[in-house]
Amino acid sequence: MVKSLSKRIGNAVILLLAVLVLNFTLIHIAPGDPVEVLAGEMGGATPELLAELRADFGLDQPFHVQLFTYLGNVLQGNLGYSFYYDKPVTELIFDRIGATLLLVITALLFALFVGTALGIASAQKRNSLLSNVVTLLSLAGFSAPVFWIGIMLILLLSVALPIFPIAGMATADEPEGNFAYILDVVWHLVLPALTLASIYLAFYSRLSRASMLEVLESDYIRTARAKGLSRFLVVYKHALRNAVLPVVTFAGLQFAQVISGAVLVETVFAWPGLGTLAFESILRRDSPTLLGILFFSAVLVLVVNIVVDIAYRIIDPRISAK
Amino acid sequence: MIDSSLDNFNTEPMEKPASPARQTWKMFSSNQSAVAGLILLAIVLIFSLVGPLVYQVAPTEMVWMPLTPPLESEYLLGTDYLGRDILAGLINGGRITIAIGASAALLTIVIGVTIGALAGYYGGWVDNLLMRVTEFFQVLPNLLLAMVVVMLFSATLTNIAIAIGIVSWTSTARLTRAEFLRLRSMDYVRAERSIGAKNRRIIWAVILPNAAPPLIVSAALSIGTAILFEAGLAFLGLSDPNNMSWGRMIGDNRPYILDSWWGVTFPGIAIFLTVLAISLVGDGLNDALNPKLRKR
Repeated sequence: MVKSLSKRIGNAVILLLAVLVLNFTLIHIAPGDPVEVLAGEMGGATPELLAELRADFGLDQPFHVQLFTYLGNVLQGNLGYSFYYDKPVTELIFDRIGATLLLVITALLFALFVGTALGIASAQKRNSLLSNVVTLLSLAGFSAPVFWIGIMLILLLSVALPIFPIAGMATADEPEGNFAYILDVVWHLVLPALTLASIYLAFYSRLSRASMLEVLESDYIRTARAKGLSRFLVVYKHALRNAVLPVVTFAGLQFAQVISGAVLVETVFAWPGLGTLAFESILRRDSPTLLGILFFSAVLVLVVNIVVDIAYRIIDPRISAK
Repeated sequence: MIDSSLDNFNTEPMEKPASPARQTWKMFSSNQSAVAGLILLAIVLIFSLVGPLVYQVAPTEMVWMPLTPPLESEYLLGTDYLGRDILAGLINGGRITIAIGASAALLTIVIGVTIGALAGYYGGWVDNLLMRVTEFFQVLPNLLLAMVVVMLFSATLTNIAIAIGIVSWTSTARLTRAEFLRLRSMDYVRAERSIGAKNRRIIWAVILPNAAPPLIVSAALSIGTAILFEAGLAFLGLSDPNNMSWGRMIGDNRPYILDSWWGVTFPGIAIFLTVLAISLVGDGLNDALNPKLRKR
């Protein structure tokens, strides 16, 4: 366990270095000279000044020297500086990461629990009404753009029927007291989390349904039934553990895509997380911030993958036995 | 007795078995939802390819009072906040959306199949290296990476299609690799090798055609994914400023949803129906090309 874990962490570090190299290469080969942009903002500069600026920023150095300087900076926790926000990128990211994690984790847990429950329930009876509804919903969830689902939910549940707030994470004039504040945030969280969950809800219900159907046909389930155990006990005690394995695997594999979804959902609901930060940095053409977010999400994805790996071993002890 | 039984024996030559393409079509056309998807897809294609010839209103010009609701003017689906015709936007945006979706999907398939085929066929260090590259692309949130690429290299139609292509090939590569791993030790592949066929021929002319069915399905589905992807980028403001697209319409009209529900609703329905049609056709192809895998 420890050995395979340290191998995974080593692997993760290599992947992160590769992300940094990619980031740097992209900036390097992209059209547009940062020094000329800067000079443009200062209102023009002589060629001598341009050369001086270039030397100041180390832009006259060869590619590999610049790359190593960049890597060294990142290792010291310096992901660059956002001129628009006038703040270091790491600081910006740490300001926003909490909101994103809250949204993503709520949506994922919701999708996992409800999706698995729907899938298992619809696996009990093929061609039942529930089973058809699940199939239909999952088809719809695959086909509609997630940001559009969010906008439609706003039109329905915030505009036509004003139940939920339209945007943001908390009411502008904060309600008194901790409990009221938490309630306020939860109230704001409902629609974005539901929107983000919708894609994965469909997916998990389909996956757990297929996997449950397969497990229910295996010999050990028949044995358990033959012993006289109730159907309920067999499904929820014997079959569930095995049926949920592929769902857990996919939840880990898909985490990168969940972050992509969060970028869109946060933008729709003006949820103050990394996604809106990414959206804003596109508007401002603030590439250090956008690249910082890309790097940081890769870190997040790798951490989640390692956590899922551990969870997987707890659910299925056969894996560590091998 | 014996004679009579022989007389009864049918000596007519057996009917020629239907060609694989015919069999597939027969299977496909007996699947109601797949046929519905195909019809829907045909309607979408006619709407956005023939539509601009019939309905000649410029999608980017102000034609009427801004924010006119549907059915209240000659512009049936209403106008947006700049007084642009929504219907014209849908018709012309469809062409762009479908063009980007199709070319990005093509790129996805070319990259994915090449990497997957080489990794699965050669195995060893080639496989190791290529799978590391695949893993690398799976770790990065693909939308964020595409955002970075499009922002740094400017939002033209080509750049957007390329960006979508280079961030979405990983699942195709894994699928192709699995197929090649399965097929590379088949007898007919060995036979081909024993008569001295080159690796290049074995990969592209022997194994690939046999791996085709799941790849065709994946190609069909990746058009749908690419359309959703383009819509997402356009919604975030990363679209070609000279061309309308469905995602861009939603993004443009989002700040005005309190005044006009129609500006965001219709383009979304268009995307939904198109991707739904593609998924239905893809699922139908999956069942038809691979009857063994049919859903329970």
